[in-house]
Amino acid sequence: MEKKIGCYICTGCGIGDALDVKALGNIATKEQKIPVVKNHEFLCGTEGIAMIRKDLTDEGVNALVIAGCSHRVKNEEFRLGIAQMDRVDLRDKCLWVLDVPEGDDTAEEDRQMMAEDYIRIGCVKVKKMNDPNPYEASTPFSKVVLVVGGGIAGLTAALEVARTGYQAILVEKGETLGGQVAKMHKVSPARAPYNKLEENPLPMLLAEVKGNKNIRIMNNTVVQKTVGAPGLFDVTLNHNGTAAVERVGSIIVATGFQAYDPGKLDKKLGYGSSPDVITSMEFEEMAKAGKIVRKSDGKPAKRVAFSLCAGQRDTSHLEYCSGACCVYSLKQALYVIENHPDASAYLIYQEVRTPGQMEDFYRKVQNEGGIFIKGDVNKVTSGSSGLTLEVNDKLLRQGVTMEVDLLVLATGMETTMDTTDPNSASPVGKQVDELPGSILNLQYRQGPGLPSLKNNFPDSHFICFPYETRRTGIYVAGPARRPMGIAATCTDAAGAALKAIQVVESVARGAAVHPRAGDLSFPSFREEGCTQCKRCTEECPFGAINEDEKGNPLFNPTRCRRCGTCMGACPQKIISFANYSVDMIGSMLKEMEIPEADDEKPRILVFACENDAIPALDMVGRSHAGALSPYIRIIPLRCMGSMSLVWIADAMASGYDGVLLMGCRHGTDYQCHNVRGSALAEIRLSKVSETLDRLQLESSRVKMVEVNIMDAETLPQVINGFVAEISALDPNPYKGF
Amino acid sequence: MTYDLTFAKEVYENSEEGHWIKMCMQCGVCAGSCPMGFLGAWTHSPRQLFQMVRAGLRDEVLSSTDMWMCTSCYNCIVRCPRNLPITHIIHGLARYASVQGKADPKQSTHHFAKDIFWENIVATGRVGEAALTMKLYFKDGIGEGIKQGLEMKDSALGMLKAKRLKPLPFRGKIKGYPGFKAMLKKAFELENQKEGKA
Ligand code: SF4
Ligand code: SF4
Ligand code: SF4
Ligand code: SF4
Repeated sequence: MEKKIGCYICTGCGIGDALDVKALGNIATKEQKIPVVKNHEFLCGTEGIAMIRKDLTDEGVNALVIAGCSHRVKNEEFRLGIAQMDRVDLRDKCLWVLDVPEGDDTAEEDRQMMAEDYIRIGCVKVKKMNDPNPYEASTPFSKVVLVVGGGIAGLTAALEVARTGYQAILVEKGETLGGQVAKMHKVSPARAPYNKLEENPLPMLLAEVKGNKNIRIMNNTVVQKTVGAPGLFDVTLNHNGTAAVERVGSIIVATGFQAYDPGKLDKKLGYGSSPDVITSMEFEEMAKAGKIVRKSDGKPAKRVAFSLCAGQRDTSHLEYCSGACCVYSLKQALYVIENHPDASAYLIYQEVRTPGQMEDFYRKVQNEGGIFIKGDVNKVTSGSSGLTLEVNDKLLRQGVTMEVDLLVLATGMETTMDTTDPNSASPVGKQVDELPGSILNLQYRQGPGLPSLKNNFPDSHFICFPYETRRTGIYVAGPARRPMGIAATCTDAAGAALKAIQVVESVARGAAVHPRAGDLSFPSFREEGCTQCKRCTEECPFGAINEDEKGNPLFNPTRCRRCGTCMGACPQKIISFANYSVDMIGSMLKEMEIPEADDEKPRILVFACENDAIPALDMVGRSHAGALSPYIRIIPLRCMGSMSLVWIADAMASGYDGVLLMGCRHGTDYQCHNVRGSALAEIRLSKVSETLDRLQLESSRVKMVEVNIMDAETLPQVINGFVAEISALDPNPYKGF
Repeated sequence: MTYDLTFAKEVYENSEEGHWIKMCMQCGVCAGSCPMGFLGAWTHSPRQLFQMVRAGLRDEVLSSTDMWMCTSCYNCIVRCPRNLPITHIIHGLARYASVQGKADPKQSTHHFAKDIFWENIVATGRVGEAALTMKLYFKDGIGEGIKQGLEMKDSALGMLKAKRLKPLPFRGKIKGYPGFKAMLKKAFELENQKEGKA
């Protein structure tokens, strides 16, 4: 079908008053040869939309350039079922960020020039677009969710999946289901007023899982191998020595935590020196058996001390907070107090961390007489009357000694998931063999485990994208993902279940998941041009690309998040998307008008990441953070990772005076939505000076900055500062070539 | 033995609002809010006193002068995230120490409250300001009294002029003084009952 582009310019929101709309229309019609060009004073209103719709049906328009506001607003209105569309922002990133005093002709002219350039690049972008061909596999997609781990996280996840109407396979390596929670006496409160111990929820949950027809339970089973991609995972499950392959759509890993080995703790905590020094799990088992006694002589334990942070937040043991131990120690203190009217429970803590409603539970334990001592246990000695603890009391600012019957060490949680260092070089050119101890044994070029975010936990961003690992379609829930208690684990499992369902549904439509949810395009590559340099396979932050024996990339489209990092990495420029390509952006930047050097109107190209920098730019105008230089021209990129060095060379050759790249924060505590995109762009950019040297240009003409979504306040300073730096240089000598 | 709960329980039961002490989470907001802290007037902040109660440091708490330094500014009460009625707890501890005979009789606020102020008000049923002031000035002997009196002379004259100070030291008993005495008697009875001394 022939492409017929319609360009619609909105004159509302002050656009019509500020700009020469007729001239903008002429650019589209005469210069860009767009067959249908119209204005409307309220394009997003019913009439405006009806006008566009009419052209879609009557005029055969099938591609759209909508010029008006930012693409981040009025999405519903302009969702017209047209894939080839661009929103040209004349308002938020043009009108609203420029300072044009009444009657200032130069400023008005500058503004008009910016708007005209944006119309130009919008038209070029749509011309360079193709309709996406959603990916279809040669074998059928599965919508079954595999849940690995039969503890409370896995049970909850499987049940949530099943209740939503999907099939789940629940795999447990042991004989029985229930995990760590099965060993627990009671649980801390999960409902208002958050001050009563609650019965163990496991029996009820187990009965429900066992009674649900959508769940297939496989105990004594391990995952021997995981091949494939979302919708197409072929998982080899080994049940009691017999292996069978199951096709599943997505995977939830809920293998829980492993308690820190108390044998590794500092000797001063006394573990191993007396049977009366025990861990929280051992104490829980005592309580469940109804025997809170001294292990040494079986006498009732009425004085119980809990040492919180037994190894946690200690650089020589577990660096991080385990999140749940304060609360479970409070719970265990209540066991003690409720057991004997004259019992005492001592909590020796660093800080009591009781997030959310657990603060009420903390008060409850205080009110019941729990004794809180901020400090460290420095020495434990045992005698006939029990254990003697020497504690450095940070509140009394003195050492104190106390006698107790039991000392309970609240040890921390470690993940059970095998992870790999995300920054370590990936094994090049070969598939990774099965790894003993690996949970999923992924047959991915980048290794059998999941990349870790921090402290071996396999997340991709705890706050922004919980459950998302860096392997698409594989979600980790509960303490395997980060340390957490029971209530949080159940919420987490439900969240992961929804993600797992979302991915199987998206994949079946050929659509991407987070962060470009719904994108129907996927990277295609021209094999003849490939030099087997392996940059794409190595740089893909999501391990989406495998390799054949010759080193050619093997794309797994359903693993792909459409970040474009492979496209930016490929020196041969042979990777592209139907709606995004090196040629598209290159053509856009070349289409803008570069004034002669004598005009003293420099041009600064700004590549801004759509995830954080573009929203921040949109907020500059809204929050009246200050005006931006009229000499900038913004081109949004879907991720800095997609930045191709060719564009920098093209920009310089076209006469831009400078290029500013605005990507997300990278490195530790990164905020890049595609994990490594902005980091990789920075690495690529370090080579740009070669290009600039070749062109005999100053390397300071190209600069990358980190922009956070909250940075609207500082952006004017950042951008205008760069424009000033560039203006201080001579104009780019390539202007006019 | 530290953290023996006998003393804590004693305070929770007998000292005014004392049971609140167990709810303190030791955040230190009271310590940071108390003007007496900036003046360096106490050795232990409210929070520390509370932890000392919980730790069972009976003598240290009861013989401490810290709680006698409270000016009742209520800064701490307003700010305590755990809603402890700190000012009242502090006053309660002061009183409890006094009742237990542990408070230093010469500690100024204690001495003033217990002897000077109390005797003054009980004698007539009203505050005799001049007498009260004299007693306060002369509590450390004649020489000190004269010195302090001279220091404050201008203020006193100003207050006289503004009719904020009655010149006559003695204005006699209030109307219905026997009723007032009967009320006090009953109050003592109730209090003794509560403290198990009846
Ligand atoms: S780099 Fe990004 S776009 Fe390329 S294959 Fe990987 S996820 Fe997909
Ligand atoms: S980056 Fe390009 S040239 Fe290199 S292996 Fe990938 S497709 Fe081939
Ligand atoms: S402000 Fe309240 S909770 Fe905080 S230390 Fe003082 S009394 Fe305790
Ligand atoms: S009321 Fe007393 S203890 Fe509280 S801040 Fe004021 S002076 Fe300090």
